[in-house]
Amino acid sequence: MRLRLLFSMTGLIWLVAATAATAASTNADFKAALNAAEAAENDAGALKNQWTTTEETLTAAKKAAAAGDFDTAVDDARQAEALAKASIAQAREQEIAWRAAVIH
Amino acid sequence: MLRAMSLMAIFVFALIRPVTAADAVNPQADFKAFRDYFTKKFPNVPLNDFVNGPYSMDAGLRKQWLEIDQFPPYDFAIDRGKQMFAKPFKNGKTYGDCFPNKGIGIRQNYPYFDEKSGQVITLELALNQCREANGEAPYSYVKDEMASLTAYMAFTSRGKPFDIKIPNDPRALAAYEKGEEYFYTRRGQLNFSCASCHVQSAGEHIRTEMLAPALGILAAMPIYRSEWNGMGTISRRFVTCNSQVRGVPLPPQDELYRDVEYYLSYMSNGLPIAGPGTRP
Ligand code: HEC
Repeated sequence: MRLRLLFSMTGLIWLVAATAATAASTNADFKAALNAAEAAENDAGALKNQWTTTEETLTAAKKAAAAGDFDTAVDDARQAEALAKASIAQAREQEIAWRAAVIH
Repeated sequence: MLRAMSLMAIFVFALIRPVTAADAVNPQADFKAFRDYFTKKFPNVPLNDFVNGPYSMDAGLRKQWLEIDQFPPYDFAIDRGKQMFAKPFKNGKTYGDCFPNKGIGIRQNYPYFDEKSGQVITLELALNQCREANGEAPYSYVKDEMASLTAYMAFTSRGKPFDIKIPNDPRALAAYEKGEEYFYTRRGQLNFSCASCHVQSAGEHIRTEMLAPALGILAAMPIYRSEWNGMGTISRRFVTCNSQVRGVPLPPQDELYRDVEYYLSYMSNGLPIAGPGTRP
């Protein structure tokens, strides 16, 4: 009985996930993706390590959203978030690693 | 592809060398190691010639430069700066009133650590502080008036050796170390530090440009650049160098830019002021 319930729930989750992946993105999806990207980019800013590519990708995302192309907008926002996170990782890693480069 | 590569490159450098107690700040030891590095790397370049940046590295460029320098494109900036320097503010005071020795022949002492504010004061910052203290609006840091004023002040200091002091104050040492850290920290999507270009690749070509060595790199500022079609200050150069590696530049005269100027100027102690300069 339990097993069966679990089984059908897994199926349901799979179904929902599959639908979400293929359905067209909405303005709400874009807003969520943009918020996540901007939060990460703010963190990069606090570390004084933003990338111009992150900024450009954010601008592209907003432009696509303004034109009603939410699929592109969501893709760009996620890409911007990934870039911002990479710049944060770079800053954190460099907090220690820079010393290895000093002329001795 | 570039994107994936730069992402990966970030993590490769993490494991090279553990931090040890030997990393305590030691400006004198840094100074010696820095100078030795460049004089060994470029044994044929006379020490004082490093201030000529790319022209110290390449005979062909040097020849072009000596020709251009017969009618220097920065002359107008010196003249304009001189006039601005002489002209009183609305309250009757002048720039000279804000500086030791009326501002003449003092560029080699900048930046300095100001124990009152606990900050590094660059010449550009001091000029705008002077304006504001006298009720005038500050200038843009990157070109035009600021470039003219610093061009004139550099000109009155030509040949005077850099004389940057690090007072025995933990805040001054901290500012120095922050500047050093900024210089060696990789940034931007291309994952380059200042040192990647101006230490490891000094004297090499990047696209059409020849990379200046970090030793003496600020001595000729401000500069007239053909590529800019005009004059640019130290602030302008830092902003440009950050953008080149796809890093968002800091605001001109951000604390970190002032710290890195402090670090690089200290590394150039003893080398003569050569500004204003001209660059390809
Ligand atoms: C991608 C390589 C690159 C990086 C990284 C880089 N620069 Fe540069 N820099 C250049 C190029 C190219 C020029 C112009 C050619 C020259 O003069 O070296 C230049 C010029 C300069 C100059 C003027 C030198 C002169 O003689 O005219 C200064 C000062 C300078 N850079 C400082 C910095 C600082 C500080 C950093 C780190 C924040 C930095 N650069 C990072 C490429 C780079």
